[in-house]
Amino acid sequence: MYEILKKEELSPHVYAMEIAAPRVAKKAEPGQFIILRVNEEGERIPLTIADFNRETGRILIVFQVIGASTMELAALEAGDSLLDFVGPLGHPSEIRKLDGTMVVVGGGIGVAPTYPIARAMHEAGNKVIAIMGAKTKDILIMEEEMKAVTDEVLVTTDDGSYGIKGFVTNAVEELVRRGEKIAQVTAIGPVIMMKSVAEATRPYGIPTVVSLNPIMVDGTGMCGGCRVTVGDETKFACVDGPEFDGHAVDFPGLMSRQRMYRDLEAVEKEHVCRIGLGRK
Amino acid sequence: MALSLKKHPMPVQAPEVRAHNFEEVALGYDEETAVAEAERCLHCKVPQCRKGCPVSVDIPAFIAKIKERDYDGAIEKIKETNSLPAVCGRVCPQENQCEKYCILGKKGEPVGIGRLERFAADRALAKEMPDAPFAAAPDAQRVAVIGSGPSGLSCAGDLAKRGYKVTIFEALHKAGGVLSYGIPEFRLPKDKVVQKEIENLEKLGVTIETDAVAGRLYTVDELLGEEGFDAVFIGTGAGLPRFQNIPGESLSGVYSANEFLTRCNLMKAYRFPDYATPLKVGKTAAIIGGGNVAMDAARTALRLGAEHVYIVYRRSEAELPARAEEVEHAKEEGIDFRLLTNPVAIEGDENGWVKAMRCIRMELGEPDASGRRRPIPVEGSEFSLAVDTVIVAIGTGPNPIIAQTTPGLALTKRGNIAADEETGATSKPGVFAGGDIVTGAATVILAMGAGRKAAAAIDAYLKEKKAERD
Repeated sequence: MYEILKKEELSPHVYAMEIAAPRVAKKAEPGQFIILRVNEEGERIPLTIADFNRETGRILIVFQVIGASTMELAALEAGDSLLDFVGPLGHPSEIRKLDGTMVVVGGGIGVAPTYPIARAMHEAGNKVIAIMGAKTKDILIMEEEMKAVTDEVLVTTDDGSYGIKGFVTNAVEELVRRGEKIAQVTAIGPVIMMKSVAEATRPYGIPTVVSLNPIMVDGTGMCGGCRVTVGDETKFACVDGPEFDGHAVDFPGLMSRQRMYRDLEAVEKEHVCRIGLGRK
Repeated sequence: MALSLKKHPMPVQAPEVRAHNFEEVALGYDEETAVAEAERCLHCKVPQCRKGCPVSVDIPAFIAKIKERDYDGAIEKIKETNSLPAVCGRVCPQENQCEKYCILGKKGEPVGIGRLERFAADRALAKEMPDAPFAAAPDAQRVAVIGSGPSGLSCAGDLAKRGYKVTIFEALHKAGGVLSYGIPEFRLPKDKVVQKEIENLEKLGVTIETDAVAGRLYTVDELLGEEGFDAVFIGTGAGLPRFQNIPGESLSGVYSANEFLTRCNLMKAYRFPDYATPLKVGKTAAIIGGGNVAMDAARTALRLGAEHVYIVYRRSEAELPARAEEVEHAKEEGIDFRLLTNPVAIEGDENGWVKAMRCIRMELGEPDASGRRRPIPVEGSEFSLAVDTVIVAIGTGPNPIIAQTTPGLALTKRGNIAADEETGATSKPGVFAGGDIVTGAATVILAMGAGRKAAAAIDAYLKEKKAERD
């Protein structure tokens, strides 16, 4: 069992949780993910590691309530425990000194997993610029944390309620326009956002890494549920990734596979809601 | 008394009933039938059956005990060499193992060795076991076993019996490997059989750590170093599914058999939404392949509500690698076998869902390296099969995590771990391996045999290490 040490609502329906998982924290690296299971009836959910602390043995996860399982997770409080917490999984991000600026782009809760990457790249001696996108100002997360580990933070909001009005791609364009020498972009967020960022950097030939979030079951390479086409090859995101060259990923294929269980997810959400009502 | 030429039949659930439930199909012998079947054994002076058993169960001896109605004695005999008899009695391909060599098989049907093993094991499982776990000596040497599938469980059981402290590291949340995620409930009950057998191993003093992905959480070198183990056994299986690399394999509705079966067996998707993991099967499913995994996937699809299920296999019936009893059960349940047929592409609709599979007819040519006749496409024979679910069951390859994170571990050309056939010794001192990670996908009992051989070799290695130290 893995105890929830702290829970915080970062914005409506977005939660951060600190989990006691010393074994995982000891080996975690930026870019890796974990799989958790809330209880015996639960499904296995992959979440990218948002932060880790080897000394205290804690792993930070950030998630948004989008379906039945995240609803159940959000219903837990500090002091409760998760049944399973497996990791660290996947390859770590490549952390090295670049010839130029490192730009991390986080959309929505995708900001969270860019944080340890930004921090590690900064510690490796890079100039790091973070671009953080949110629909509106009130759902922006982790701005202060990000400022502490980067040289510059650009915020975009879809409605212009804060920072640059528009999408994260507008901020990427802005950096290119002002002549920033960008050596690498790492983008994490909704698939449509990562696809847009890859399209935005392609004309300039800026190497662009995306962290994919396909449907997963085991997360250890044994089922291929998370397969994606990269270049001409089929890759398993859990063992070959989750990071891939954004200019080679088949994004439409990924989006289509992510919709596979949409109708059953609705059934399940309804099921959980009713269980919730019964309990009250 | 005249000797019956036939095995005593085992009662089964009626096909039309069982095709809609996940209850075990074969119901097992009752006491009188078991004793009667045991009486068919001739107790050969040189028993041929034993040479067909990869873990060398003393078959005539345990059958003699059943004949005497000494069932405790029978299971003790079996357990001397077999850690998972209730599993083996159910899933071994006996027709290619012990029963293949039974002398009665020359004139009629061999003795139902598997059924008798199952009978003795089930009787023992139904009884309460003593709860006090066996404990190794405080200064006992420690062995890490990576993977809790058949090879790891068998190796761990043998080592614990020899007095070592054994810890199994399992990546999933449940132990058992393919016994838990792969073989379906209707063939191998999880709570009643698999978990009970594993609990029995724990009572021998074996510790099982789940959620522990070796290679990520601990590398092999760390296990031998800071984690303080004296030897490591790698039994991680051949879990990485292969695809055919034909167009359309990433469409929605296309599963690897591993994913399909894991969702159903390990995650209990057949009880959705009481269990949260979903699994979709349409009206018409095609399973590509002809092994046990293909049969399991086909029969699972049927039970999940598919109205029509095809097995699409490129060779003929004679080459089907699946266990004979499962092929028979699948046919009785109405699975539609399309033999000498090979898919060439999967076609999708405008939403990216499978709608059809293009296939080509095959004919058999000359035998290939494996001794089986090579299937050759018949030109111009392409046709389309309307399906909305495709399950790929053409085999698995080795998982790369251990290989990637263990410097100095020699691999074969196919990416399997190179290990000595008799001892399981790898290129790294103190590191042994066995089961599918060495051989490629094979059977439960062969993996158990490899685990058992490795346990003997580890025992010898550790004794030598201890002698050097003292």
